[in-house]
Amino acid sequence: MITLIDGLSLGSIYALIALGYTMVYGIAKMLNFAHGDIIMVGAYAIYVAMSFANPNPVIALISSIIVCTLLGVFVEKFAYKPLRGASPLAVLITAIGVSYFLQSVAQIVFGSQPKPVSGWKLPKIEFLNQFGITTGAVVTLIAGILIMVALTLFINITRTGSAMLAVSEDKGAAKLMGINVNKIITITFAIGSALASFASMFYLLQIPNAEPTLGAMPGIKAFTAAVIGGIGSIPGAMLGGMVLGVIEKICLSIEVISPYTTAIEFSLLILILLVKPTGFLGRTTKEKV
Amino acid sequence: MAMLKIENLQVYYGFINAIKGVSFEVNEGEIIALIGANGAGKTTILHTVTGLITPKSGKIEFEGINLVKTPAHKIVSLGMSHVPEGRRIFQQLSVYDNLRLGAFTLTDKKQIEKNFEYVYHHFPVLAERKKQIAGTLSGGEQQMLAMGRALMTNPKMLLMDEPSMGLSPIFVNEIFHIIGEVSRDGTTVLLVEQNAKKALSIADRAYVLEAGRISLEGKASDLINDENVKKAYLGE
Repeated sequence: MITLIDGLSLGSIYALIALGYTMVYGIAKMLNFAHGDIIMVGAYAIYVAMSFANPNPVIALISSIIVCTLLGVFVEKFAYKPLRGASPLAVLITAIGVSYFLQSVAQIVFGSQPKPVSGWKLPKIEFLNQFGITTGAVVTLIAGILIMVALTLFINITRTGSAMLAVSEDKGAAKLMGINVNKIITITFAIGSALASFASMFYLLQIPNAEPTLGAMPGIKAFTAAVIGGIGSIPGAMLGGMVLGVIEKICLSIEVISPYTTAIEFSLLILILLVKPTGFLGRTTKEKV
Repeated sequence: MAMLKIENLQVYYGFINAIKGVSFEVNEGEIIALIGANGAGKTTILHTVTGLITPKSGKIEFEGINLVKTPAHKIVSLGMSHVPEGRRIFQQLSVYDNLRLGAFTLTDKKQIEKNFEYVYHHFPVLAERKKQIAGTLSGGEQQMLAMGRALMTNPKMLLMDEPSMGLSPIFVNEIFHIIGEVSRDGTTVLLVEQNAKKALSIADRAYVLEAGRISLEGKASDLINDENVKKAYLGE
């Protein structure tokens, strides 16, 4: 039970990051491997905001959201937009380049040592703690689910959301409908990066240290989650994240296999790619001609 | 007065000169057919008009507005809708969502409601299948959806690219019948077709496109009796 809640909580972090991967993939048809590093920048934003006198967690969170969103839009505008229409490989290499660039800048500015984020703690709730469940896990899980519900509603109800669905399916046809495709891509990067900033907040609740390579592992695992769920699919990213989080916590709770946890997770990726390359909820086009 | 005026249009794909100086006009209320063989450049011309391709040189004017400088997503608000080749409906979305996206540029709810009624009136099958996922419709129904989607803005001019492609004769007749109705309702139509016989039977005037150039033009009723056209395009 505890393992399950911890797993789902970790899973919602992965899901939030995976959503960024999957939305950008669905709409811009590119793998944004710099997405994990947005989380790292978000964590440093929280670190900076919390190291002022009279730190306020709410202000820290808001500044992290702003920094991440702007960074996502910036990266898209200066690194990816000039490559629209270029080969996918060129875009992929650029994304990896952006990833290293962000890590290096963080290292120059903040140094390579982990910076402890002080005061980023939630009050203990006795009732939960007696079962061994941390407040952080519960808050992460609930907030994660709320954010995902909000995102689903946004995409299915709003005009921008339906434009996003249209762009993800056919950019040319979307233009003919009068949809500004570039604007939709920018909005997608903004939303994905904002979700990443929530991921950094939840991540810091578990490990309160900001460091330059912080985003690498969660980033690649969330990518795994997105592929497991079916890249391009929003419910798929949520499901994939949850599944991966639970598997990770279960593996960690069993002493014999816990050292192999990461290996098991990535083996799962390979297995899925072999058996069902479109992932759990990936698109199987129903098409009649 | 010409509603759409194209002058000396040149389009390149890389080094390949696909459209070699094409000029033509579409007047208000007309049905104009652009016929020609596969690869003659018909689709390229339509894509250039609606901004999906940028021409190398030449003029495209729609009601006096220079379309060459207008980004693709702004053209639909000028009153020009494009039903693309291969239909390109949003397969994953419902029929209703497809039509709603057709009216993306409109904000007036009453107008949208009116346009829905107009489309459902001409295509009752779309009203019946509102909630169905578009990808599961038959080819003919998908073509109707693509057309209905384009009509959701109540356009002044409708560009239609190969509406008969891959359809059974019954659906071809039905689609052409509706094109006639839409035209009578006051929409100007520019029709690109390989099915020259069908296109000429409905059009007022036509242009014959051959390897990126207009080789022949005139009244549709004259072209349909032209010996060269008969031989090359009507299979007679």
